[in-house]
Amino acid sequence: MPSVPAEIVDQKLSAVPDDFGRFGCFGGRYVPETLSAALDQLEMAYNEAIADPKFISELEGLFAAFVGRPTPLLFARRLTEKARGAQIYFKREDLSHTGAHKINNTLGQALLAIRMGKRRIIAETGAGQHGVATATACARFGLECVVYMGSEDVRRQSPNVRTMKLMGAEVRPVESGSRTLRDAINEAMRDWMASVETTHYIIGSVVGPHPFPRIVRDFQSVIGHETIDCCKSLFGRLPDTVVACVGGGSNAAGMFYPFIDYPEVRLVGVEAGGRSSDDGEHAAPLTYGTPGILHGSLSYVLQDADGQTADVHSVSAGLDYPGVGPEHSFWRDSGRVAYTSVTDAAALDAFDMVAQQEGVLPALETSHALAWAVDAASKMRPEEVLVVCMSGRGDKDAAEIARLRGHE
Amino acid sequence: MATKDAIRKTGIELLGDAFALCKAESRRAVAPFVTAGDPDSKSTSAILESICAAGATCCELGVPYSDPIADGPVIQASYTRALNAGMTLAKMFEVVAAFSKSHSMPVLAIASDSLIFRNGIETFVKRGQESGLAGFVVPDLPLEESDDLDTQCRLAGLALVRLVTPTTPPERAREIARRSTGFLYCVSVAGVTGERTALPENLIERIQWLREESEVPIVVGFGISTAEQAKEVAAVADGVIVGSAVVRCVEKAHGVKSTSDAAGDFVRELVEQCRFN
Repeated sequence: MPSVPAEIVDQKLSAVPDDFGRFGCFGGRYVPETLSAALDQLEMAYNEAIADPKFISELEGLFAAFVGRPTPLLFARRLTEKARGAQIYFKREDLSHTGAHKINNTLGQALLAIRMGKRRIIAETGAGQHGVATATACARFGLECVVYMGSEDVRRQSPNVRTMKLMGAEVRPVESGSRTLRDAINEAMRDWMASVETTHYIIGSVVGPHPFPRIVRDFQSVIGHETIDCCKSLFGRLPDTVVACVGGGSNAAGMFYPFIDYPEVRLVGVEAGGRSSDDGEHAAPLTYGTPGILHGSLSYVLQDADGQTADVHSVSAGLDYPGVGPEHSFWRDSGRVAYTSVTDAAALDAFDMVAQQEGVLPALETSHALAWAVDAASKMRPEEVLVVCMSGRGDKDAAEIARLRGHE
Repeated sequence: MATKDAIRKTGIELLGDAFALCKAESRRAVAPFVTAGDPDSKSTSAILESICAAGATCCELGVPYSDPIADGPVIQASYTRALNAGMTLAKMFEVVAAFSKSHSMPVLAIASDSLIFRNGIETFVKRGQESGLAGFVVPDLPLEESDDLDTQCRLAGLALVRLVTPTTPPERAREIARRSTGFLYCVSVAGVTGERTALPENLIERIQWLREESEVPIVVGFGISTAEQAKEVAAVADGVIVGSAVVRCVEKAHGVKSTSDAAGDFVRELVEQCRFN
């Protein structure tokens, strides 16, 4: 079983990845040779970009005027009263342009693509939020955009498919495998194998080969930084507990990373517990998986004894994925972040509760974090502060929830 | 046919012999790709027999994987068929063991690093060695991540065939060639596996350059689908790998005629076209 190498122990936990894209023993770059040069180019372009004040100010300008950042921290008054414990706050990423945190990453990566002279963009999407955010960034910069989406997800997240098309993107349904997020990533990678010299692949989560997990985490870290600033001004201190849902794990990575070196803040990632803990009935690799290689990096994966990727299930398309970002595996094994899972049923209940008691329609992905948060808050003290990353809005899920409940 | 000598030889030596024999007979190596377990293990055993009899130099045995990102639709679908039919690593090693007991044609496993890592690198190599595999091609394992597998393969005398692609810069290509054992796999196009109607324009120059830079034979693969294309490439390379076209040939034959005869006939045609005397 991999563990954290001794030389990491003395360092700050945030001082990752290393030059090989390693988060402890996790991460790395397990891709066909055809992609190696493009990943080197991307790493170089990224390092140059973040040292360039013009790049930073352009991205900050977009965050402010295009995305609507900083996003607010909302006190969830009725939920807090109901929980009779910690004060619950929502970090409102759902108020971002396009309705989720995904836009933070796609704008950053689109600017990188332009710096590299690449005018064609490909992306994968599960819930469709990353697809919409990519299509939006591409429209803004006049880039060609192709989004791969499993045909099962095309069906259950159809509002987002329409939005992508309205933004001028081409949506290519993927019919292979389980026809969900994992298959969409496979297909995007295959496109990239043939188009790598003119195309940039905007991966949507903190997964994939180095340097993607780092780049996506960094662009998403604005979530955690704003949360720290806001908590300091509201409470004069950091929050006690911070919660986020984890599929690939980009909203969680962006929220957690700025807190990593503050051990007094409890960090909790919530995976998709699906229908049960049986194989194939959930999508919780950090809870039930083993270290393995999937989509270019070493991380916890749900796979069989031979190494074949397992089938997974979640009611939420954005969490319906057998892998997870390598940095989460590192945080898990180092003990810095606690990971748990919440079932489909509990997430659906939380969806209703937050909609009806706070007037906020959360994404089904986010509903997993909310379910855990309300329960956890009830066991905390009233002076404690619990922040939930409200990663996305739930309009996209309304029709699917109606279908699941049999009143279509 | 097997001799006591052949059985005692390492995988790297078996490959060396196979390429030396080609050279002595003014032929180029023909390495057909066969998906293990498509449509089932028994067929794969028969196909190995038939392509060996047809004069294949070595076989690339594709190990089915659930998420093959370097493969096009034909090989992907064959992997899915094999996995749905219950193919496992254990069955793949059994097929190789049964074949290598009585044949000297080297068999290389093309396997995702996901499978190798999950089994444990040392265990996987040991299972390969015990079954009589000549070596491995690991399409998703770049130079930077390959030290452990390289070490284990060298200890076991198994080849670790590495790949260079059109996007590999020259310095890196030299390093990959230097560290490749058995032969060097020259990927003809940037893209996934699959048949293509035309070969890339600069392919011949790339092969010629690589031959000067490499001490191991240069074998070209990806996109070679007809005997004519094989001949064109074989004129400048040490050998050709034909993948999707062989897999499709097996797929078309399944349920209609003998899959092993179909594969054997196609490979015989490829071997004929790769004679240069």
